[in-house]
Amino acid sequence: MEGNQIMFAVFAIVIIVFSVLTVTSRKILRAAVSLLFVLIATAGLYFLLNYQFLAAVQLTLYAGGIVVLIIFSILLTSQISHKFEPIEWKKALFTALAVIGGAIVVITTILKHTFAADTAAALEVNMNVIGKSLLGTGTDGYVLPFEVISVLLVAAMIGAIVIAKKGSPVRDEEKNK
Amino acid sequence: MADFGYTVWILIVPFVAFIVLGLFGMKLKARISGLTGTTALAIVTALSYATAIRYFWGAGLVDGVFQKIIATNSTWLTLTDHLHIDMGILLDPISVMMLVVISTVSFMVHIYSLGYMKGEKGFERYYAFLSLFTFSMMGLVVATNIFQMYIFWELVGISSYLLIGFYYSRPSAVAASKKAFIVTRFADMGFLVGILILSFTTKTFDFVTLTDLNGPAITSTGGAVFMGMSVMTWSMILIFVGGAGKSAMFPLHIWLPDAMEGPTPVSALIHAATMVVAGVYLVARMFPVYYFAAPEALHIIAWVGAFSSLFAAVIATTQTDIKRVLAYSTISQIGYMIFSLGVSGYGGHDGLGFMASNWHLFNHAMFKALLFLGAGSVIHAVHSNYMTEMGGLRKHLPITNITFLIACLTIAGLPPLSGFFSKDEILTAAFHHDKVLFAIEYLVAGLTAFYMFRLYFSIFHGHDRQYEHKPHESPATMTIPLMILAFGSVFSGFLPFSSLVTSDGAPFESHIEWSVAVPSILIALAGITVAWVMYKKETTLPDRLAATFKHSYKWAYNKFYIDELYLFITKKVIFKRVSQPVAWFDRHIVDGTMNGIAWVTQTVSNRIKGLQSGQLQQYGFIFVSGAVALVLVFIYLVK
Amino acid sequence: MNQGVPLEFYIIVATIMFFTGIYGFLTRRNLITILMSSELILNSVNINFLAFNRYLFPAKLDGHFFSLFVIAVAASEAAVAIAIIISIYRRFSNINVENVNELKY
Repeated sequence: MEGNQIMFAVFAIVIIVFSVLTVTSRKILRAAVSLLFVLIATAGLYFLLNYQFLAAVQLTLYAGGIVVLIIFSILLTSQISHKFEPIEWKKALFTALAVIGGAIVVITTILKHTFAADTAAALEVNMNVIGKSLLGTGTDGYVLPFEVISVLLVAAMIGAIVIAKKGSPVRDEEKNK
Repeated sequence: MADFGYTVWILIVPFVAFIVLGLFGMKLKARISGLTGTTALAIVTALSYATAIRYFWGAGLVDGVFQKIIATNSTWLTLTDHLHIDMGILLDPISVMMLVVISTVSFMVHIYSLGYMKGEKGFERYYAFLSLFTFSMMGLVVATNIFQMYIFWELVGISSYLLIGFYYSRPSAVAASKKAFIVTRFADMGFLVGILILSFTTKTFDFVTLTDLNGPAITSTGGAVFMGMSVMTWSMILIFVGGAGKSAMFPLHIWLPDAMEGPTPVSALIHAATMVVAGVYLVARMFPVYYFAAPEALHIIAWVGAFSSLFAAVIATTQTDIKRVLAYSTISQIGYMIFSLGVSGYGGHDGLGFMASNWHLFNHAMFKALLFLGAGSVIHAVHSNYMTEMGGLRKHLPITNITFLIACLTIAGLPPLSGFFSKDEILTAAFHHDKVLFAIEYLVAGLTAFYMFRLYFSIFHGHDRQYEHKPHESPATMTIPLMILAFGSVFSGFLPFSSLVTSDGAPFESHIEWSVAVPSILIALAGITVAWVMYKKETTLPDRLAATFKHSYKWAYNKFYIDELYLFITKKVIFKRVSQPVAWFDRHIVDGTMNGIAWVTQTVSNRIKGLQSGQLQQYGFIFVSGAVALVLVFIYLVK
Repeated sequence: MNQGVPLEFYIIVATIMFFTGIYGFLTRRNLITILMSSELILNSVNINFLAFNRYLFPAKLDGHFFSLFVIAVAASEAAVAIAIIISIYRRFSNINVENVNELKY
């Protein structure tokens, strides 16, 4: 057993177990924490794949940003001590069937397929290369999506502020109708 | 060929009067609408008389034969290249005679109604309908083809329905009008089938072609035979069925006594003088076809006529409502006319029955209208229809008394009044044709005299009753028509009818055959005597006779239960066995299918609407399942 | 560094995570848990992209940047979703997904 195989096995088991816990836990805070562990394990997988920058981004944004955001919203909607009722079994059953069916279909398709690797030399992914590509024009340049994402982020920010704003007379009027 | 184009005004004037009175009558004062209708009829009468004089003593006679003149004809509806329905005016002896009859009686009724219907609600409507009727009847008699006659036939039926049900707030009147319409409509079904068979066989509707001696109707031989009689015979019998319905022959007579629910002038016009003779007119119009192509039909016609007249005469001897007596008398007299056509031959003196039938039609119109209008005068004075509540009216209603007496003498057949001449010719024609039928009609002549004088004596003689208010003679608008009609009844016997209206258009000399005339006078006198004995003074003789023949009296009084029989057949047989299952089928199976389709749609939609529940997770579930299914399909099934 | 761990293993892990996320998305009643499930789905997609990039196209960076942008979009989506959840909470005083059902028959 090589080292990366062991590491992979650990991360994979963490991911699977905690993602199941996320979707089945009855206490919401536990679900959130399970999500956190899943995201950290995913970052570990990224490290295994030799994408350090992305792993860092994952840890910073996802684990450090989004999960915190989720916990804030849990607190804001006073759900923290809420214990969920069990789901009605029919819904769970049918969904489980559909999901397991889907999973089986996908996995069998994947296992049947032989993936042909590209035999070019591996590219060393470091900050230099990433930076040049991110802002580069030309064939490997991603400046257009970069700018679009920036606009998207601005729009999301404004949208979130507008939606969650409290106390504007229009909003209150509508609420009091 | 002389120009008779102005005859189209005979039709247009009453129709315009109907439209004007119908649309604007409510806005006019009652008197104005009455005068409008009457003036229109005066114009029509003048035109009819002018036409008659020109035709009979002028342009009509060509080479010693009265011509069929087409005054105007236009194609209205083309069915195939042979068959087309025209609208036109045909003038020949019987149609011109009918023009005179209809216009005279209608005119008298219009004047009479000015007095009789004065103050009634719906006065304008009444005159509008009278004009409609006059227009329809005129159109019927001048029709150039049988389909036009059928169209106006139905129009006459509508006018009758409207007028019988004039007092529409009375349920009995409404029921009577429905009964009249349904019975005649039922008969008209036979008429229509007859027309269709006839036109299919002969490829024409036109009267001139049909009655042409060398035409397709009469010379067609070797047609299909159905149950022993030829196609032509069947079609002519069916056509007669239509005529029998309109003329109230047994067994389609049930509507006429009930039709007395209408106002009395209406009874005089429609149900005595004009509409009910439409059947007679139809047979007379088609007479050459009947005689040459369907002689068995003529035989049947003679028996139907004879039986109806006997049947109605027997019933009339027991009735106490004066209008009912007159209604049954009408059925009886029309039976005479139909019977006379049935025993007639064709051509010259052999066509005596034909001539006599039309002469009797002419005379009957006068005296029967007179009788009805006189009865109306009595009813107007006494406010009751029943002769048991009347008596001794000759002191109070002198003019009505005299004219009624004249009419009764005419109908009994005493010379020199008109009824004698026409009835005598009918009996002569019967005597030479079939002795049994002659015997029946001879008996009926006696019965006629009896019940008419029973009626006369009960109303005008006997002792005075206690009346609510003293009966007074009717106003001049009512008595003048009575006098005019009485004049007509007396003198129309002296018209040289046999030189005017004959079966083949050629005049012939008719004379009185005294071997038949004398016995008929004797039996009429016998009938009058019996009535005198029983009814002139009030005795218990009628009641004792009724008690002796209790059973037959009961049967005759209840009109031989024919109405009950019809009611039984319609309610117990047709409604229960036929209509109700059909209605059940329609309601449950036909409607049920439609409702079922709607129910299915509704139920399915109810079930399906859950797919749009608004629940996010349900949408997501379907999404995912669908995606997985599609993937499976595309990977494994679609190669 | 990739010897020994075949590509299929990464993909299987990602698949399981993906379908778990779908299960959670379709089953959970609370809006926030639904959001968490959607995060699972997005992450599984990311793992997929990066695995393919590393194993099948080592000379290119397409998958890498795709994942980067997916992370950015996911973050902004989570922010907006939280804002909406707050709004819904203000309207219904609870955050059950069954309350949000106006778009129906």
